[in-house]
Amino acid sequence: MSTATLHETAHHEEHGGEHHEHHDTFITKYVFSQDHKTIAKQFLVTGIIWAIIGGFFSVIFRLQLGNPTATYPWLEDLLGHWAKGGKLQPEFYYALVTMHGTILVFFVLTAGLSGTFANFLIPLQIGARDMASPMLNMLSYWFFFLASIVMMSSLFVQTGPASGGWTIYPPLSALGDASSGSKIGMDLWLVSMALFVVSSLLGGLNYITTILNLRTKGMSMTRMPLTIWSLFFTAVLGVLSFPVLLSGAILLLFDRNLGTSFFLSDIVVAGKILPNEGGSAILFQHLFWFLGHPEVYIILLPAMGMSSEILSVNSRKPIFGYMAMVGSLFAITILAFLVWAHHMFVTGLNPFLGSVFVLLTLLIAVPSAIKVFNWLTTLWKGNIRFTPGMLFAIGFVSLFISGGLTGIFLGNSALDIHLHDTYFVIAHFHIVMGVASFFGMFAGVYHWYPKMFGRYLNNTLAYIHFWVTIVGAYLIFWPMHYEGLAGMPRRYYDFSNWESFKNFGGLNEFISIIALIVFAVQILFVINFFYSIWKGRKVTTLNPWEANTLEWTTPIRPGHGNWPGDIPEVHRWPYDYAKDGKDFIPQDVPVGADESKH
Amino acid sequence: METEVIQPRNKIHPHKFTLWVGIGSIVMMFAGLTSAYIVKRNQANWQTFEIPLAFWYSTVLILISSLTLQLSAKAFKERAMKNYRMLMLITLTLGVLFIVTQYFGFKSFWNAGMTIQANVSFSFLYVIVGLHALHVIGGVIALMAMSLKAFSTKKRNYSVVPIELICTYWHFVDVLWVYLLIFLVMIR
Repeated sequence: MSTATLHETAHHEEHGGEHHEHHDTFITKYVFSQDHKTIAKQFLVTGIIWAIIGGFFSVIFRLQLGNPTATYPWLEDLLGHWAKGGKLQPEFYYALVTMHGTILVFFVLTAGLSGTFANFLIPLQIGARDMASPMLNMLSYWFFFLASIVMMSSLFVQTGPASGGWTIYPPLSALGDASSGSKIGMDLWLVSMALFVVSSLLGGLNYITTILNLRTKGMSMTRMPLTIWSLFFTAVLGVLSFPVLLSGAILLLFDRNLGTSFFLSDIVVAGKILPNEGGSAILFQHLFWFLGHPEVYIILLPAMGMSSEILSVNSRKPIFGYMAMVGSLFAITILAFLVWAHHMFVTGLNPFLGSVFVLLTLLIAVPSAIKVFNWLTTLWKGNIRFTPGMLFAIGFVSLFISGGLTGIFLGNSALDIHLHDTYFVIAHFHIVMGVASFFGMFAGVYHWYPKMFGRYLNNTLAYIHFWVTIVGAYLIFWPMHYEGLAGMPRRYYDFSNWESFKNFGGLNEFISIIALIVFAVQILFVINFFYSIWKGRKVTTLNPWEANTLEWTTPIRPGHGNWPGDIPEVHRWPYDYAKDGKDFIPQDVPVGADESKH
Repeated sequence: METEVIQPRNKIHPHKFTLWVGIGSIVMMFAGLTSAYIVKRNQANWQTFEIPLAFWYSTVLILISSLTLQLSAKAFKERAMKNYRMLMLITLTLGVLFIVTQYFGFKSFWNAGMTIQANVSFSFLYVIVGLHALHVIGGVIALMAMSLKAFSTKKRNYSVVPIELICTYWHFVDVLWVYLLIFLVMIR
């Protein structure tokens, strides 16, 4: 096995001793833990709870869209005055749509995805005992927890949570009287997001520093697994874009509570002219989307990185075009900051500026296509093992292609005039960002579950979960492209009032039924997840997937400090599969004298 | 630059690096706000304003405080603990005075009829300068903690990391202030 290393950084002197004798109480071990692995699990479990809530909200508003005339008495028992007479009220329909977006985008696919896997994988895969600052790391989780509490409490106020859409455009979000969700619910939303930004910044600072400073001996940047590269770029995106959302949120708080007019001008509410003058609602959109677009990649990049790793491990082949993969991640990171106005083509944006943003937007197709090509060539003639993690990784690639292609339609400002705010947009971003990232996340959970809990998930349930989810996801979102092209607008409470959309009633009902089934299968996954923590089949070998990366050199249930002895030294890149007649050669195996170059 | 910490691979200390990334993040927040300011300025209903006199006093104070803090760090590295403590206290005092002059600047601005609601240009001044002041308050709290540590006789710790961290941060809020002042004077 590996040669012992004597490499110690200043950090390791501080924390290296923790694997000896460390007296943990229940509180320091499971609650206020500074162990990156425990923090990762805290993020994951919190994310799962949010995902259930966010998913459930979508089921309820799909009930309304699927059959606008039906009443469900049980709904009133559940939601009280939100569903008076068993029928979801319009203002709470908007609240549910808003909260579904907010929860899934921020609390599940940002905190739940990056928070879980950056925390779990970065120290394990680069060979570090823990994060650069375990204290800040712990605070990162607890700020996320606080943000969760505040957001959760907004669900229980009399006037309901924020309901102006997850993008909280003013004036709806700036004026308390604009709608019931613009009252206290909106304030709680802003406070929660401020806490969330703090959490994500603390996490991001840590991830970047840890990756750049605490790699073990021999782990040069070009020997890092692609998971780490993707988490690195994700953190860079977060650290540079979230502060801009924070500045937008601060200005909005001032407009709401101190009578300023950053985003408000010439507004008449109920026949009364407001004193606000000189503001611009479009300004908010610029600030919001400067975060909002990088946010898409904050969600997507970790899924890309994990899928790359899992595809290579389970094809028993090196990843195709490693440097091209890193380069395309970098290109996507840069472009992510230069395309925000493609969300604003119909705001009266200068058409010349629009065409610049079209060009920059379409450029993203280049690194994306490189990635897809490399994933497919990695699979090509591989010795593929269809583990549940692998299936979800392949599903990710499929969804990324299907959803990415419609992005080329929407990135074109001329077409976007027709498609803007229709179900075509809903279909596009749900497939490419929502479902695809969920698949990346599921792939990661199935693949690293044995490392997290020392047990396997149940495979039969996993296969049911995969097949129903991928078929269901396409059945839900594929017809929405058609509805969107036909002009069906998003965020409408009831389509049966319009002659032109009436004939989509059957299709909407079909989508709602599938959504219900897919949601039920996710519950099956959650049951599998929690059941297996205690009752799953035990992991008996150190390296169940026969993978090359360093996390599999730790004990089956690693303690705080990860490696009981010295941290292994790295001698090669992580993708030496099918090399010189050997199935796999882990990163800590020294290079042999007669070994060929990869 | 000499450091006491053994760093075999000649790498920057992780906490220092974290601080630099954090500074990048703070810069992005102010970049967002100042960009919004520029966009807004080119639209209708924008009133120009004069920077209150007190803010110029603030500038002098924070510039001197950067100098005294740097000298204090130098004294610490030379183990001239008496000088270190004194310079640290002077820096802390200057930091507090900065906040006080900022308060008086806001007050005179407000009393001259330029309230936060009167015009969006004034609102921006309150938000941008106010957020910077919050960052300085954070620095003042760190300076207080450093001073308390310097005067407590219990434990001797000669690690230079904390003092270098606070130096970097303090110079950053200093430079940020000078930048914001020039920005608000030039672009209005």
